[in-house]
Amino acid sequence: MKTNDNKHNKHEETSPPKESINIMEWLRQNLFSSYMNTALTIATTILLYLILKEVFYWVFITADWSVVAVNFKILMAGQYPDKELWRVWLAVCFLSLTLGVSWGTWRGVAAHIAIAFIVIYAVTALMPFVSVESKIWLFVNISLILISSVLARKLKFIKKLALPCWILVFPVTIFLLAGFGILPTVPTSLWSGFLLTILLAVVAIVVSFPISVLLAIGRNSNLPLIRYFCIFYIEFIRGIPLITVLFITQLMLPIFLGGKIEIDSVVRAMIGLTMFNAAYLAENIRGGLQSIPRGQYEAASALGLSATITMIFIIMPQALRVVIPAMVGQSISIFKDTSLVVIVGLIDLLGMGRVIISNPEFLGKNMEVFTFIALVFLIFCNMMAYASRKLEEAMGLGKRY
Amino acid sequence: MQRKLALLLCSVMLIAVFAAGCGGDQKASTDAGEEAKVETKTTLEKIKERGKVIVGVNNQLPGFGYLDPNGEYTGFDVDFGRALAAAIFGDPNAVEFRPLSDQRRFTALQMGEIDVLIRNTTWTIHRDTALGLNFGPTTFYDGQGMLVRKDSGINSLKDLDGKRIGVLAGTTTELNLTDYIRKLGISAEVVTFDNVDAVVAAYKEGSVDAWTSDKSALLSRMATLSNPDEHKILPETMSKEPLGPVVREGDDQWFDIVTWVVFATIQAEEFGITSQNIDEFLQSEDPSIKRFLGLEGNFGENLGLENDFVVKVIRNVGNYGEIFDRHLGPDTVFGLERGINDLWTNGGLMYPPPFR
Repeated sequence: MKTNDNKHNKHEETSPPKESINIMEWLRQNLFSSYMNTALTIATTILLYLILKEVFYWVFITADWSVVAVNFKILMAGQYPDKELWRVWLAVCFLSLTLGVSWGTWRGVAAHIAIAFIVIYAVTALMPFVSVESKIWLFVNISLILISSVLARKLKFIKKLALPCWILVFPVTIFLLAGFGILPTVPTSLWSGFLLTILLAVVAIVVSFPISVLLAIGRNSNLPLIRYFCIFYIEFIRGIPLITVLFITQLMLPIFLGGKIEIDSVVRAMIGLTMFNAAYLAENIRGGLQSIPRGQYEAASALGLSATITMIFIIMPQALRVVIPAMVGQSISIFKDTSLVVIVGLIDLLGMGRVIISNPEFLGKNMEVFTFIALVFLIFCNMMAYASRKLEEAMGLGKRY
Repeated sequence: MQRKLALLLCSVMLIAVFAAGCGGDQKASTDAGEEAKVETKTTLEKIKERGKVIVGVNNQLPGFGYLDPNGEYTGFDVDFGRALAAAIFGDPNAVEFRPLSDQRRFTALQMGEIDVLIRNTTWTIHRDTALGLNFGPTTFYDGQGMLVRKDSGINSLKDLDGKRIGVLAGTTTELNLTDYIRKLGISAEVVTFDNVDAVVAAYKEGSVDAWTSDKSALLSRMATLSNPDEHKILPETMSKEPLGPVVREGDDQWFDIVTWVVFATIQAEEFGITSQNIDEFLQSEDPSIKRFLGLEGNFGENLGLENDFVVKVIRNVGNYGEIFDRHLGPDTVFGLERGINDLWTNGGLMYPPPFR
């Protein structure tokens, strides 16, 4: 696929400028070139018209969107106490700041993601049902991205902050949300809605990455103990459904730990998702490792580099670059899989939707709620896919140096 | 070179495994010690230490348990959890609700994750004996009913011969239905679905002629159909579903507290004491009311609570009738009649033992 794209690009570079054609000609060439095509075009148009008419009618007339408007807060932030909501916003602000700084520092992919975030903030702020307070916060976030990106472009020392900021984003967010006694503690039982979905997904993706790298290397190891352990782990986890993994961590983990060490059920779900994701990512990364020709190892050892250095600076960067699409695919999939935590009693975005339609006031409003939830998932999954595409382009994936 | 790396990794992993193992062992041994101590603590002591009651609830059952737009748990079952918190702490919010699925509810209770399960759970001999549970007084008598269209000509279960009946798969409702079909000797087709919305959709489209579920659930869904007047629930009740709070076996004091807090809400209704007029009753000279409200005697102390626990419950949550009306009564979408859930003095089944 990729090489085709590149050929296509090259072709475009050398091809003469396109002759301008008017709409009628375009239509004739593309839609009505033969009797068959004409018939198909007409049939498809009628079908599309019938479907779209009903969809538009439902979206703008039948549907009662007040259920989403009224419950917007619990869909997004769940049961997080209203008084402490500023902490969630502060965490988002820190993320925006980091995004802005990266935009100013690295341009490229970071810029695309930052702009996507600005658009999301702006669109949310324009929604009539979003509270004034939230609108102010959203505005603050937009300005933070813009200001910090300009600052990072102008001032050198801020550029150095980009990487530390990214490393800090997650700990700072968790600290702000949980409080740990320094701020008033918010128990994880109150973490729900989209907030929980994002947290579970981020932990599963970020924490499982280093584990999966180790597992992938371990699976290629010459030492049987390590190799068999890694193979056993990967194949065991890949051999059972995610629901089972979640049940194991939710029900068995407390038993294994003697029943008296209380691990929070959110943390238990995070462990389960991480274990699951690590096994799949490890296989992706192993695929990358196998794509590295032997010559690379031999060249490195000819230069007198140690195995560790070879792995870290020569093999891994190339291997990871190759498997970006696969890894992002896995991340998108685990992001959606977080909705399975409903079965262990956590309320993620989808679970919150189900809770809301159980409110007698909103009985029978399932379509509205689920459409909204689908939209949220669609936006975030597409953003991840978009970011990965840009990352591939930036890294020249598919090109050989 | 690679061997070295592999060796390094191997040793790191081995150390990690051993460390985890040792750590686990140490913890386990200290835990065993703690466990012995903890075991002697009663549920009530644990709750007081923690500062809140942990109640297992359903968060997806209209009228009984759901989240309101402010993220607060609301519903009939939820209110009994709040009543317990009020009885112990005088604060109906000193409670943590844990949403539990059908499958996980009993494990959560047995493992001690929750103190009490108030989650539309039917009292059966199997659950009471084999699962090591104790069932408190029934707070809601439900029963399986059958929803049909008024113009379908179906007036009793026998008329369902040759019809299609929608039911949720894997529930006691489904088992009851097949039992009934056999008992009546009719040949109805049972169509199973895996979620309520699917049954409702099938019923709306007319691909099933009838839909069976608990009557409270049927009523709540009937209210959301486009023309509720075109449907009716058949008069027969196909099963007994006494729903109430459940606790673990082995702590009689806690079982007594749960039992008598529920009875207190019913007795208050019998006396006519509501959250609005309780102050007038506190002036009452009637000895039975004085005893009930803890102005005389020491019923509260005997339970391990304050003597005025009834006052706290009624003031914060209301009596049984108030709870019922708030979530299921005529002013709600359900518009449920009290029926068998009325006081025994009105011909219902709510009969609290005397407070004396």
